[in-house]
Amino acid sequence: MSSLSASEPRIRVEDVSVTYRTSLESAPTFKSTVLRLGRREKVVREVEALKGVSFEVPEGQVLGVVGANGAGKSTLMRTVAGILPPNSGRVEVHGRVSTLLALGVGFNRKMTGRQNVVLGGLAAGLTRDQLADKYEEIVAFAELEDFMDMPMRTYSSGMYGRLAFAVAVTMEPEILLIDEALSVGDARFRKKSFRKMRELCGENRTILLVSHALGSIKELCDQAIWIHNGELRMWDDPDAVVDAYTAFLEVGEDAFTMEDV
Amino acid sequence: MPPREENEFTSERHVYEPHKIGLPPLRPYVRELWRRREFAREMARTNLRAQHFNTAFGQVWLVLNPLLLACVYFLLVYILRGAGSRGTDFFAHLLAGLFAYYFISDSIRLSVKSVTGGGRLILNTAFPRALLPLAGVITAFMRFLPTLVIYIPVHIVAKLPVDQHLLWLIPLILLMFVMAAGAGMLVSALQVYFRDVKNFLPYFLRVWLYASPVLYYADEVPEGLHWILYVNPLGGLLTAWSDVLIQGASPEPWAIGMAAAWAFGIFIAGGLFFVSREREFAVRL
Repeated sequence: MSSLSASEPRIRVEDVSVTYRTSLESAPTFKSTVLRLGRREKVVREVEALKGVSFEVPEGQVLGVVGANGAGKSTLMRTVAGILPPNSGRVEVHGRVSTLLALGVGFNRKMTGRQNVVLGGLAAGLTRDQLADKYEEIVAFAELEDFMDMPMRTYSSGMYGRLAFAVAVTMEPEILLIDEALSVGDARFRKKSFRKMRELCGENRTILLVSHALGSIKELCDQAIWIHNGELRMWDDPDAVVDAYTAFLEVGEDAFTMEDV
Repeated sequence: MPPREENEFTSERHVYEPHKIGLPPLRPYVRELWRRREFAREMARTNLRAQHFNTAFGQVWLVLNPLLLACVYFLLVYILRGAGSRGTDFFAHLLAGLFAYYFISDSIRLSVKSVTGGGRLILNTAFPRALLPLAGVITAFMRFLPTLVIYIPVHIVAKLPVDQHLLWLIPLILLMFVMAAGAGMLVSALQVYFRDVKNFLPYFLRVWLYASPVLYYADEVPEGLHWILYVNPLGGLLTAWSDVLIQGASPEPWAIGMAAAWAFGIFIAGGLFFVSREREFAVRL
């Protein structure tokens, strides 16, 4: 580790803030906009998902991310992946990135597994040759040989997650962003994916891992950060972060803020 | 420190910073778009396969539809206007005009839901979103090409001229493509904010057809209504299209001028609107 710390960090997040506006309507329409005219109803909500977050991840480090639901973990992952550029601050990422985010890989349920893997890979910037090389490996890892030419709406949620996990880990990324994906499939596949994760963590890859399974954070990560209400609360080694986080969860926010005072 | 580089999507070094005036740096954007053109083509191919374009009957159906429609419109115009001097050359004009119009309207219909239907891909992958409506335009283009082949025997039967003027078709088709891409980006971005855009489209597209010189020749438009040909983005383009194909002449300067102005105008407006809204797509779906 020490030899690498002198080099440029693989991921550098500098004072990043992300706000975005989302619509409260599930399907905003022109019709509803016209009907709403004159009434003062708020239909757009501004979300301050991240506020001035800074951290760095050197090469080969596995960084765990913990935090309550809605704390901004997923937004952080999407910002590092370049899906949601920051409103202020700067994110720098060196290397090929593969993402395995909470919502599954870019899958369209009407298309077959094969079409989804190919289209997702092409969108992520892979060439056809690279995809052809990896395709068999993906299918074998996901154990979905018989299902690849069926539309994905016929998949069970476990199969869905298995394919997503297989795509993300097979692409041999230098940087891997994983958002709560270790709990897909049945017990056997979970074991297999955990083994694969441990293998990847040992291979000098840079990994950002969001998980609510605090045990795996402790086991897999070299460092951890704790995000609370969009702010970086703590950045330390995983044991310390997880302990502080569990203590916080048990005593509740009131007690914590009282302690702060 | 290595030199700073404003790269949004490249595989090796990524810098994500706030977008200036709401726009991502355009040059790397276009470069990445080009690098992933394979995606748009594969997407178009997948769409076509879903429409059974890869089977013989599927293809026949796709050409049969506008062909039958041309017959219906021919009958309609024939009845409304009386027998008159309408012959095979008018049928050729009608057919060519409908095929061109269908290329544009198919592009719009196929791209309108490309972003809202792109769901998970948009939520989870960083790539230039403009590829999605462009895939719709490419799909429409692949459906347009066989209709051109269907047009050839009609052209020959109507004894229409075949000469160097037909070379004008190449820039005209290019202009159609540019206009379709711009319109596709515009409607697909609008669809994110107003999910009923796609419900209004059929009415809009129908009026657009009637306002375009397809069911009539451009020079039949009464003097007082001539402005329609200028206001309608397809007015100049389809006038030029018919002049080249049916009259065997170079398009008039006003027609080709209006066509180019509208095509690039729509492309730039639609493109800038789409790209400036792109960041929001990931949180609006």
